[in-house]
Amino acid sequence: MLSRTAEGLFWAARYLERADGIARLLQMGQRMTLIPGAGRDEWRSVVSVAAASDIFDPDERITERRIVEKLVLCPHTPSSVRYCLDRARENAKAVRTALTMEMWEAINDGWRRLETADLDAAVRELPVLIDWVKHRTAGFRGAAESSMLRRDAYFFLRVGGYLERSDLTLRLLDVKYHILLPESEVVGGGRDHHQWTTILEALSARRAYHHVYRSDFSPWTITDFLILNNQFPRSVVYCYNEVSRYLEMLSHAYGQRHDCHMMAGSMVAKLADTEMGELFQSGLHEFTLDTMRFNAQLSGAISRAYHF
Amino acid sequence: MFNEMSGSDGVTRPAYKGIEDWIEKTGIPALLARTEEAEAIFRKIGITFAVYGEGGDPERLIPFDLIPRVFAADEWRRLDKGIKQRARALNAFLWDVYHRGEIIKAGIVPDHLVYQNEAFLPEMIGVDPPGRVYSHIVGIDIVRTDEKSFQVLEDNCRTPSGVSYKLETREIMMRMFPELFQTISVDPVDNYPDLLMKTLEEVAPPACTGNPNVVVLTPGSLNSAYYEHSFLADQMGVELVEPQDLFVDEGRVWMRTTRGPTKVDVIYRRIDDDYIDPITFRPDSVLGIPGIMHVYRSGGVTICSAPGAGVADDKAVYCYVPAMIKFYLGETPILENVPTWQCAKPDDYKYVMENLADLVVKEVHGSGGYGMLIGPKATREEVETYAKRIEADPADFIAQPTLDLSAAPSLASGNIGARHVDLRPYCMVGKQLRLAPGGLTRVALREGSLVVNSSQGGGVKDTWVLSE
Repeated sequence: MLSRTAEGLFWAARYLERADGIARLLQMGQRMTLIPGAGRDEWRSVVSVAAASDIFDPDERITERRIVEKLVLCPHTPSSVRYCLDRARENAKAVRTALTMEMWEAINDGWRRLETADLDAAVRELPVLIDWVKHRTAGFRGAAESSMLRRDAYFFLRVGGYLERSDLTLRLLDVKYHILLPESEVVGGGRDHHQWTTILEALSARRAYHHVYRSDFSPWTITDFLILNNQFPRSVVYCYNEVSRYLEMLSHAYGQRHDCHMMAGSMVAKLADTEMGELFQSGLHEFTLDTMRFNAQLSGAISRAYHF
Repeated sequence: MFNEMSGSDGVTRPAYKGIEDWIEKTGIPALLARTEEAEAIFRKIGITFAVYGEGGDPERLIPFDLIPRVFAADEWRRLDKGIKQRARALNAFLWDVYHRGEIIKAGIVPDHLVYQNEAFLPEMIGVDPPGRVYSHIVGIDIVRTDEKSFQVLEDNCRTPSGVSYKLETREIMMRMFPELFQTISVDPVDNYPDLLMKTLEEVAPPACTGNPNVVVLTPGSLNSAYYEHSFLADQMGVELVEPQDLFVDEGRVWMRTTRGPTKVDVIYRRIDDDYIDPITFRPDSVLGIPGIMHVYRSGGVTICSAPGAGVADDKAVYCYVPAMIKFYLGETPILENVPTWQCAKPDDYKYVMENLADLVVKEVHGSGGYGMLIGPKATREEVETYAKRIEADPADFIAQPTLDLSAAPSLASGNIGARHVDLRPYCMVGKQLRLAPGGLTRVALREGSLVVNSSQGGGVKDTWVLSE
């Protein structure tokens, strides 16, 4: 397979996953503004998870309208939904022969919707737009799952997708870690409860959480769920297990092992040995920072291994 | 005007009987509604066409007309022979001009038309491509003027495009109107990619051992024909590469893959000569694959079509194709040329300048329907401006009579009307000549318009050859 094709698949999957992640964040943001006693700047944390702080004035009161303008419709903001979908489609188009017709249709169908959307209508219909983005990305993943041959192209796509997904969970933790710190439990009260649940909300994990823990919310269990639960498909450990698994399939298919395999393998082993208590002890914030850094290094190692 | 459906006398021709019944049974409103459905399918699959220099929508849809254009089996048999004959002669000419130039020595083709032609590449002199094939896919544009008369409008020896539309329009017709194909038996066209693959494998270079590794070379996803490039690569099951994916090492061409470098034997290139090799052709360019021409000349790779193949599809050289057929094949041309005046010749020049308002004038090196004058449709000012251009460089222009092109029933402006059509078949040349039934029918959807080029607002139709 051409190195450029592998690169295109890897990035198409990453950008789609990113668009999906941003859409989920926006859903969380909108929900936060609905909580009684919400502050005046609920969107600020969404903006920082989306790594878009620098496009808003530090003193600006960020309105939903500004969010839709910048993080949904803007073709130039690197973390806007439109930007991510455009890049995903560009990458997919450049490697079109590696996609199945169903995958191409999933990514191509209606791709101009955001381009032609009017700001007022988009603000009014934000939940509809968010659903649309989630459906599109789900449609693409599903088309890949049900129509692609299980060989290198598929593996690159999955590696890219899971790597990006872990990144979003990590960024969310990075911005929200302070409300999960044990101290905040002392503060207690309904407000914290809402803060915690919004984190789960952002990852569409509220119901899943209950299925797993059958208990009330606590910072430990939420953090455990988002980082160490190997059943939850957006947890850091789950994503890494998948990244590592698909990298191993590539190694098997090509009969070659590279640095990236070692790196992913050691991360999986490390997470498997980690206990929640240790994470809090050694610092949740440090953990997320280190892991995000590791993510970037792993991405670089994958490019080097496959010549893209 | 010859009407493909009702002939010259208004009586439905036998080949169109099934279509006529179908139109009657379906009704115009239903056909119009289904046109929208077809467009939605095109958009969904992403079959688009960008128009150079027009700005606007970079992913414009090519208009699709639902009503097929039909050839009877015997009509096609004759065309098939004529097309193959022409493709053989054009390749013989290319071999000749890059070797001894017998046709020039014999005084049949003037030497300056060849050796001073921009498309003539001195780097190709003495090169022997496998099977002596230079143009592996010859696109021959054919028009019809009456029941018996077909004429060749121009030849395309470099990288004629449009074949994907031919295949996709058929797919869409079969998907939307299965009952039509159940009642009328139409020769299938979906074997084109297999034929193309066979053709490309047949011209593997001497250095190739084992199964040839074939690739399609595209300039990239911004190219207007990118959809077609990816379509063909996909259908043949080969890699679609861009110049930066290829490099030269140890006398061979390689592509960069996730397993490391892989040898490439045959390149179906859809990029221009200028961008093949910056070392040979464009020292100022960063595009292309440095050193590939050296590998090509030493038999390490086959480039399809061969660099320099364009010297045969020039509009001035075109005038001599019937003479080539006689000279190289000793045969009588089956397909005629359109009568052509070469402004380089004093008598022709005089005639053209006096009759500009009745003629179609084209630039010798132009293509795609750009830069032409259609006398009868032009304003007096346009004619005068064009006359000045011809005056400045007569050798750059040829003129042809305004042809009474045949028209086929088409859906336009909410009704069915006759619109002018042409035909572009794609003849593949390897060790054998291969031709899929029919070709791409282009239709000038504007009423009265004679320009069918997709770059000029033309559309496409499915083309049928009825089974024997």
